Amino acid sequence: MSGVLVTTTINGDAVQFACPEEETLLDALRDRVGLLGVKEGCGTGDCGACSITLDGRLVCSCLVLAAEAEGREIGTVEGLVEGGKLHPLQESFISHAALQCGICTPGFLVAAKSLLDRNPDPTETEIRYALAGNLCRCTGYDKIVRAVQNAAKEMRTAKSA
Amino acid sequence: MRYEAPTTSSEAAALLAAETGEAFVLAGGTDLLVRMKNLMVEPELVVDVKRIDAMRSIEATTDGGFRIGAAVPGIEVGEHEALGRAWPGVVEAVQLIGSDQIQGRCTIAGNVCNASPAADTTPALIAADAQVEIVGPKGRRTLPVASVATGPGKTSLAKGELVEAILLPPRPAHSGDAYLRFTPRTEMDIAVVGAAVSLTLKDGVITAARVALGAIAPTAIEVEAAAAAIIGSKLDDGAIAALVAACSAACKPIDDKRGTIEYRTEVAGVLAKRAAMIAFERAGGSR
Ligand SMILES: Cc1cc2nc3c(=O)[nH]c(=O)nc-3n(C[C@H](O)[C@H](O)[C@H](O)COP(=O)(O)OP(=O)(O)OC[C@H]3O[C@@H](n4cnc5c(N)ncnc54)[C@H](O)[C@@H]3O)c2cc1C
Ligand code: FES
Ligand code: FES
Repeated sequence: MSGVLVTTTINGDAVQFACPEEETLLDALRDRVGLLGVKEGCGTGDCGACSITLDGRLVCSCLVLAAEAEGREIGTVEGLVEGGKLHPLQESFISHAALQCGICTPGFLVAAKSLLDRNPDPTETEIRYALAGNLCRCTGYDKIVRAVQNAAKEMRTAKSA
Repeated sequence: MRYEAPTTSSEAAALLAAETGEAFVLAGGTDLLVRMKNLMVEPELVVDVKRIDAMRSIEATTDGGFRIGAAVPGIEVGEHEALGRAWPGVVEAVQLIGSDQIQGRCTIAGNVCNASPAADTTPALIAADAQVEIVGPKGRRTLPVASVATGPGKTSLAKGELVEAILLPPRPAHSGDAYLRFTPRTEMDIAVVGAAVSLTLKDGVITAARVALGAIAPTAIEVEAAAAAIIGSKLDDGAIAALVAACSAACKPIDDKRGTIEYRTEVAGVLAKRAAMIAFERAGGSR
């Protein structure tokens, strides 16, 4: 097989995989690394289900070639859990019933975390703009926005405590 | 397909020039990977430019302008404070592209070279009198942004040529620019019409102006008659009416599901008027 060998860091762990040069990072993360939290909705940048961070920037993994990840740092929804404990955003999505089928949820979580990392106290409008690249066909956006607002509040309280 | 990630522009140019099959520059990939996914293109070679240092930063130039590397993503353009103060219209055009996810990847050079008639940054760059710095197998040249796209999806770049940077000129005191687009949705949509105005004032009177429109012709266009209509004025109602008329007269739009010819022609004038008023205010003018 012609192809590339990619050495990269995923959620803090060094990972190596081989794949064809035209393979997207989305496909490589799912099919070669086994990170099934990264979802494919559209494959064309519209739905955000495949959201990850690449060197700390939020991106759609469907619009990144796996080969581009060489030497980069990738963050996926699997990286939100620390020491077996769900991230406050994940807890908040559950308590606010901010998911139904769940296919959009990992993307929303990664995008919401990226927002809160930059802006721990976003307004509702800021949250809605930050999540405009994520589509949900079942839940409705209000519950998702409330869940993010609640998680932001809890994280701020935990930090000041 | 072959994937290459060279570290210099001349290496990138040599790779592109030597490939006999279809070859593409890969910047943010937000257009290219969509086209690959839809099998609209099946490249033999993709040259990733994001590891080329000369393309990765935004620099203030010695003449007082800015040089934006061709691989700088939208989010970094938005984070650059000095650039935002000097060219708020250009920056707002960049920030309109897609979602936060797309901002993490999309580049100005990709937007211009993709040559969509509706590309958001192109009218703002034309109004700003921006140039692209091109590297090719035969060396370097610069080209006004308006001369890059020659039609939908087509550019004047020769085989092996690629854009290394976008050059914004120095900004005189009392200048302002603005870009507005009309889309049915507030986010994640393609411009039905885009309008950009850049102007400079002296004693409250417009002494220089450039006006450009997007999505109303096969390429974004500069409308010199619209600029002439406001130069020498304090943007009074008469000057605005003449600007609106000149913009509508310059439109050669298509009819499609997102807007009819009549609609686009009308909206072009309205947006140009609003953009002119914002640019005027940003320049410190009062009507
Ligand atoms: C969900 C979504 C929303 C979008 N919303 C908008 C929007 O609101 N407004 C808008 O204008 N666009 C939008 N786009 C289109 C796209 O994001 C922009 O055109 C973007 O600026 C392209 O930049 P890129 O770096 O990703 O280009 P790429 O995909 O890397 O490249 C685009 C084209 O330009 C060529 N190219 C790239 N860099 C160079 C270079 N340095 N020299 C020569 N050729 C080069 C490539 O070969 C390719 O043909 C959207 C796309 C998606 C997927
Ligand atoms: S799968 Fe990537 S944005 Fe939809
Ligand atoms: S929960 Fe089903 S798409 Fe969002």
